[in-house]
Amino acid sequence: MEAYFDNSATTRCSDSVRELMGKVCSEDYGNPSSMHRMGVAGERYIREAKERIAKTLKAREDELIFTSGGTEANNLALIGTAMANRRSGTHLVTTKIEHPSVEGPMKFLEEQGFSVTYLDVDGDGRIFLDQLEEAVTPDTILVSIMYVNNEIGAAEPIGQAVSAAKGKNPSVLFHTDAIQAYGKYQICPKRLGIDLMSVSGHKIHGPKGSGFLYVKEKTKIKPILFGGGQQKGMRSGTENVAGIAGLGLAAKEAYEGFSEKQDRLYRLKEAFLSGLAGEPWAHVNGRTGRDSAPHIVSLSVDGVRSEVLLHALEDRQIYVSSGSACASNKPAASRTLQAIQVRRPYLESTVRISFCPENTEEEVEYCLRNLKELVPMLQKYTRQ
Amino acid sequence: MFQAFLIKYGEIGIKGKNRHLFEEALMQQIRHALKDVDGEFEVTREQGRIYVEAAAELDYEEALERLQRVFGIVGICPVVIAEDKGFEKLAEDVIAYLKERYGGRPMTFKVQTRRARKDYPIPSMEVNAALGERILQAFPQMKVDVHQPELLLNVEIRKKINIYSDVIPGPGGMPVGTSGKGTLLLSGGIDSPVAGYMIAKRGVTVNAVYFHAPPYTSDRAKQKVVDLAKIVARYAGPITLKIVNFTEIQMYIYEKCPHEELTIIMRRYMMRIAEHFAKESASLGLITGESIGQVASQTMQSLAATDEVCRMPVYRPLIGFDKQEIIDVSERIGTYETSILPYEDCCTIFVAKHPVTKPNVKVIRRSEEKLKERIDEMVKTAIETAETVEVE
Repeated sequence: MEAYFDNSATTRCSDSVRELMGKVCSEDYGNPSSMHRMGVAGERYIREAKERIAKTLKAREDELIFTSGGTEANNLALIGTAMANRRSGTHLVTTKIEHPSVEGPMKFLEEQGFSVTYLDVDGDGRIFLDQLEEAVTPDTILVSIMYVNNEIGAAEPIGQAVSAAKGKNPSVLFHTDAIQAYGKYQICPKRLGIDLMSVSGHKIHGPKGSGFLYVKEKTKIKPILFGGGQQKGMRSGTENVAGIAGLGLAAKEAYEGFSEKQDRLYRLKEAFLSGLAGEPWAHVNGRTGRDSAPHIVSLSVDGVRSEVLLHALEDRQIYVSSGSACASNKPAASRTLQAIQVRRPYLESTVRISFCPENTEEEVEYCLRNLKELVPMLQKYTRQ
Repeated sequence: MFQAFLIKYGEIGIKGKNRHLFEEALMQQIRHALKDVDGEFEVTREQGRIYVEAAAELDYEEALERLQRVFGIVGICPVVIAEDKGFEKLAEDVIAYLKERYGGRPMTFKVQTRRARKDYPIPSMEVNAALGERILQAFPQMKVDVHQPELLLNVEIRKKINIYSDVIPGPGGMPVGTSGKGTLLLSGGIDSPVAGYMIAKRGVTVNAVYFHAPPYTSDRAKQKVVDLAKIVARYAGPITLKIVNFTEIQMYIYEKCPHEELTIIMRRYMMRIAEHFAKESASLGLITGESIGQVASQTMQSLAATDEVCRMPVYRPLIGFDKQEIIDVSERIGTYETSILPYEDCCTIFVAKHPVTKPNVKVIRRSEEKLKERIDEMVKTAIETAETVEVE
């Protein structure tokens, strides 16, 4: 049996998405900027993708900018709004547990003369609303708080965070990195008061190299890529038509039968957690109920290094990740795990299990069985 | 500008009647190094010198870089080739060469002519004098100095005429393939690739053995070792790499033996297995990257304890090097960046806090007694299941 439980790193591209992309690549390959009918055909895919995505967000089609993925969407959101609003203020607020694609631009903006406040989180990885309110000042132009943390699956109270931030300073812009949340939650940015939201295609069974930034109409933002002026000048470069078409279809599919899928993810997660209950070596980080993300479990294991457990599971065709995949080539300890103050040894012995609706109860069982067999065995061999 | 290289080699010139074997080996290494570089190179030997001539438009920079990695080469002279159309034309060609190469900078010079073709009408000494005169006319700011010239202009009269003045240093050493074969214990660290490089520099053909320990070491760690072998192969030529699964043996030692002896016993088994592959490939010795005292397993006592298990000589080219000196070489040869990638290797995963630094061979042997029930079979399995990767 094979069990791919690393869906927060990336997902399998759905068959229909792959087929659609193949068609775009080999038949409808026109450049959307071309005047002839091949160009028009290409443009039609983009329009269709916009319609599909807009529907899932109850947003307008012209509020979407396609990007090369989540990282670019986050960069555009942060750098683009900071540059466009620097006359109104130079202060930004974010958290200590953001993905590197938010942390990186924040560090860059600090070098450019902006100041950034990094909010603490509690032991479950959730921000303190009063601390947020305190951090926002008249000089604050942007607040960026992730919707779901990629390492421990903490779901931030985004609605309340928007109210807290905008209650203090109504002109502040609110960005959320929803890369781990889109497809797992019904998100209506307008109702929540979100101004900018980043999404990645390959986390929802779409292709890698695709993503978008939702930008509420009339939001002041500048492009960070310059060139041929595509996407109303907000993102130059010939559109990745196949990727965009694939992203659009993946978005549509993610929200078809949404409640059942979400419920299914929760049930997989609950089955996994209850299977671990009573194991003395298992420690689950963060909240475990339906107030946490449906698809992510962060599991610390006593006395087994995460890399070792990961490779041992790999040997049984079970794929998980140590920390988050994006950060796992670096030896540095996870910022998120540090921020939620896990016990020191857990910094080196935490794995992430992340599900998708394609996973089955049998796979969960298989994984549990192997964990229970492997962990006690691996615990025997440690550095003394 | 340049269409050929004259290759200078040192040590191999003095090897008596074996000399032509060495020259053949060097030519073969040069051909190998240049085989996918633009230029359709022809490598020939003539009166104790090796010429590399391009029959087509050549990628000069790349060719030079490759030649600088061929052991046995002491100097590389980029050569301009001129047709022999009489002395007047030769003088013009020489002046054009100097102009392009040095732009008429004021410097002292000497012309040195060699006639490989004795039917050339003018004796070498006279060519020297006549060319010197023309050069002084063309570049009045230059001066002749026959004792210590800044510029030694060589003119070689063969079928065509070779003009050269630069000697770019080569790596020295001996051509790979002239000193027999050795088997390198290659890890993912900084030292062992450097050891492989150093031994290859003495003409040794290198094979390698890597021990991996899944799940404690990852596929990426394995890939890293293959990548390191590839970099070493740029100098040493093709390397046959054996990848041995060492987990079971390691676990067994862990279970049965005192923890502080783990590393030393583990290394003894690595040596035994490496020696097996060394014999299999007709190697004349094992090669490791150890240097005295660097870590607990590299004290003289520890080295003696590891050597005790094999009959083959163990060559340790880095034995007297400090860490920084090893790092310097690894940076120069291009292995450093890969070596420092953060993947765990099997030597470090179970390192004890206080490993023995002065192991007593008798004690170690007694500990190994505890393994006797299953270890032979495990070693056999490890050898039989080893994976072979041909690295070029």
